[in-house]
Amino acid sequence: MGSLFRSEEVCLAQLFLQSASAYSCISELGERGLLEFRDLNPKVSPFQRRFVGEVRRCEEMEKIFTFLQQELRAAGRVPGPCPESPRAPAAREALRVQEQSEQLAQELREVSRNRASLCGRLRDLRQYLHVLREGQRFTSLPAPLGSPPRPPALSEREPILDPSVHQHLERKISFVAGVIHPWRVTAFERLLWRACRGYLVASFVEMPEPMEDPATGESITWVIFLISYWGEQIGQKIRKILDCFHCQVYAYPENEASRTEAITRLHGQIQELSVTLEETEKYLAEVLDKVAQVLPTWRVQVQKMKAIYLVLNQCSFDVTKKCLIAEVWCPVQDLTQVQDALRQGSYQSGSSVECFVQRVPTSESPPTLIRTNKFTAGFQSIVDAYGVASYQEVNPAPYAIITFPFIFAIMFGDVGHGLLMFLFALWMVLYEDSPRLRQGTNEIWLTFFEGRYLILLMGAFSIYTGFIYNECFSKATVIFPSAWSVATMANHSSWSAAYLATHPSLTLDPNVTGVFRGPYPFGIDPIWSLATNHLNFLNSFKMKMSVVLGIVHMGFGVVLGVFNHVHFQQRHRLVLEFLPEMIFLLALFGYLVFLIFYKWIKFSAADSMVAPSILIHFIDMFLFTSNAENLPLYPGQVPVQVVLVVLALASVPILLLGTPLYQWCRQGDLTVGAVPVQPLATGEQEPLLEGQEAGNSVNATTEDVESGGHSRDAKHLDFAEIFMHQAIHTIEYCLGCVSNTASYLRLWALSLAHAQLSEVLWTMVMRNGFVGLSYVGGVVLVPVFAAFAVLTVAILLVMEGLSAFLHALRLHWVEFQNKFYVGAGYKLCPFAFAPDTWE
Amino acid sequence: MVSLLCCGPKMAACGLVLSAWGVVMLVLLGIFFNVHSAVLIEDVPFTEEDFKGGPERIYRLYEQVSYNCFIAAGLYALLGGFSLCQTRLNKRKEYMVR
Repeated sequence: MGSLFRSEEVCLAQLFLQSASAYSCISELGERGLLEFRDLNPKVSPFQRRFVGEVRRCEEMEKIFTFLQQELRAAGRVPGPCPESPRAPAAREALRVQEQSEQLAQELREVSRNRASLCGRLRDLRQYLHVLREGQRFTSLPAPLGSPPRPPALSEREPILDPSVHQHLERKISFVAGVIHPWRVTAFERLLWRACRGYLVASFVEMPEPMEDPATGESITWVIFLISYWGEQIGQKIRKILDCFHCQVYAYPENEASRTEAITRLHGQIQELSVTLEETEKYLAEVLDKVAQVLPTWRVQVQKMKAIYLVLNQCSFDVTKKCLIAEVWCPVQDLTQVQDALRQGSYQSGSSVECFVQRVPTSESPPTLIRTNKFTAGFQSIVDAYGVASYQEVNPAPYAIITFPFIFAIMFGDVGHGLLMFLFALWMVLYEDSPRLRQGTNEIWLTFFEGRYLILLMGAFSIYTGFIYNECFSKATVIFPSAWSVATMANHSSWSAAYLATHPSLTLDPNVTGVFRGPYPFGIDPIWSLATNHLNFLNSFKMKMSVVLGIVHMGFGVVLGVFNHVHFQQRHRLVLEFLPEMIFLLALFGYLVFLIFYKWIKFSAADSMVAPSILIHFIDMFLFTSNAENLPLYPGQVPVQVVLVVLALASVPILLLGTPLYQWCRQGDLTVGAVPVQPLATGEQEPLLEGQEAGNSVNATTEDVESGGHSRDAKHLDFAEIFMHQAIHTIEYCLGCVSNTASYLRLWALSLAHAQLSEVLWTMVMRNGFVGLSYVGGVVLVPVFAAFAVLTVAILLVMEGLSAFLHALRLHWVEFQNKFYVGAGYKLCPFAFAPDTWE
Repeated sequence: MVSLLCCGPKMAACGLVLSAWGVVMLVLLGIFFNVHSAVLIEDVPFTEEDFKGGPERIYRLYEQVSYNCFIAAGLYALLGGFSLCQTRLNKRKEYMVR
């Protein structure tokens, strides 16, 4: 059978890997991504495993890579993705990578350190220069003509004594100059004043350009201060205060000449330092370039290496044969590919002895593998979201490809909205290879993108149901001429002007010849959108349609169970479960479907006054009563109904007791310790006790011994469980038939809601655009349409779309799948190198 | 010269989509109003008076509304052209920055 119909056959296999070629074999297998490895050393802690040293080495390399990446990011470069996917490196190459990466990291660290220190020095020199320059202003001799203009940036505190006067005093004046953080200036000033009042002169001025604070890295306008004092004690006090305030102090040369000389010297130093800094930066850029080039490849290589060693840690080591033994889940189809991969790996590592794979029987339930392509993946994922299929159970996904969009469309039927949805999905599908779409980071966008084929089908089916309901943005489309003729009715009834004036609502009677000319060729007649009893007609139609579709869907689900019974060699269930289930469903609800169609076909407008009510007939059927006013639909209806009800009720005990009794009888025929009784739900593998390798597989031996000895007791206990299980199944099925049928009425409810919302939106928003009759109305229509468009997308497409999606999903998961699906499996997660994820 | 670029890429794309939808839908609506489609009777702003003297007055109303729809469609075409220019400018800017 095709791979989507049921999951593939998966077997347990053992790989025998020579120690020398184990690494390259696993690398080869990882590239192909075929097998799932099982952990043969579950009780061993990660620190005691065989290859822990190699794993640690990989982790150290990864640490270095993280450091390199941080440096790259700090420099503003974004490392690109790896161009082609490199294979995992051999031991020699890995060593080379490690050495090179360490060397690069070391270089980078050194160069960064150098650069930082150079920057610091440059900053220092610049500050000193500024200090000297600004200080010049306070200590330079005043101009001979007039008093020098006061520099505006001086603090409020003026020098108490004119500095030039100091020249004549006996005491020697010393200067202290430095730089202080602007926030500390006032406190500093106050403290200086209190501590050394009168014996110093302090001037503050802001630095002309802001400089970086070494501690925080932010740019601050420092304040330069120049303190002139006399006396040694004062000097020491000042220095202590300066220490407290963490000020940067610079030596202030006392006379003019040395100051100018210092300034020129500083200029020269700054020049040299800038040149050196530039060279350093250039070298740093080169190193970063080199790193950016090789880092992606290295990252991928080391990731693969680590993954391989982690897998090798899961293998068990056979001392006698000096080989590693790995236990894997392998799809039977791929066994030859696996052998091929092992051969390649052995060849690459240059070993003479080949590694090989051997299939091993098991009683465990293998994982489920269903191969999908980009189209079916979306549908498979919505099925898997509820539960992964049990091993080799029938997969509901291929049917969901059609039924899910169809059931969605029934709740969403509108040509306009369906077309918008279809076009949106078409855009996503046509541009699916564009990297801009694929690499979106928004989760919600990614969810929509992953489901683009789902949305495409949902939109297409919605266009179809839109034509059936004859709704396009809540307006009917008149593709074919309407079958109802108002003119004929008017002529027949000779509606006069007086009659029309007094009767606001007029009836078109289909019994009058010529008024109703036959059914509309496709869909619902457009005249219904103008009728006031539109909903009366549509509700009846949609409710019946929902019930019919629901019963067909559920019947299909029961039929799918047949494939499971046949595949798992449980043919007794065909007669003891499938048959009673079908009889129950068809006798009661199949009959309801028949009644619906019969009434649609048999009764016409002519006998609409006396048409029987199906609902009352159905209720009477169960209560075995009859209603005199409700005419029978066909002669002999009552006995037929009695027979059907009896048949349905008779099938319940068969369903309840059939399978357990059959199994009890079967077990009674068997002797002790012979063929063990088949488990109920899952399929079983070949018998145990075959092919025990020296490197023991974990599960085969012990279980077998136990089950042989305990078979009778185990079965006895199991019998009560089987009974219980079957009772629950029966009750669930029978009650479920009733409640699930009613549950399908949500198809009617949601389609009604959608139609009404759509109509309200048109009437309350769009209609306002048509009110203006002058040409200004055309301009008014522009914003009105924009509002209509936005609300359509927000309410009708997004909100209603999500709602219909959810309900369609629920109908599939609960009402459809609980007729046949167990969903207790687990997925096969093959060991494959994951595509590059770049944080 | 003031840059002509005033919308970001996403807003320009939205404008383009809205304009395309607007043009198509309003032209179709205009055509349907022009052929006096009965389904759209509720949208025509008629009064009691218009029902006297035959269907001609209602037809004139229909046609008036259809002209309004065409005008709106034309305005949306202009808006679409503007959005197209904005998208092109955005693409060029993105191209140049790289």
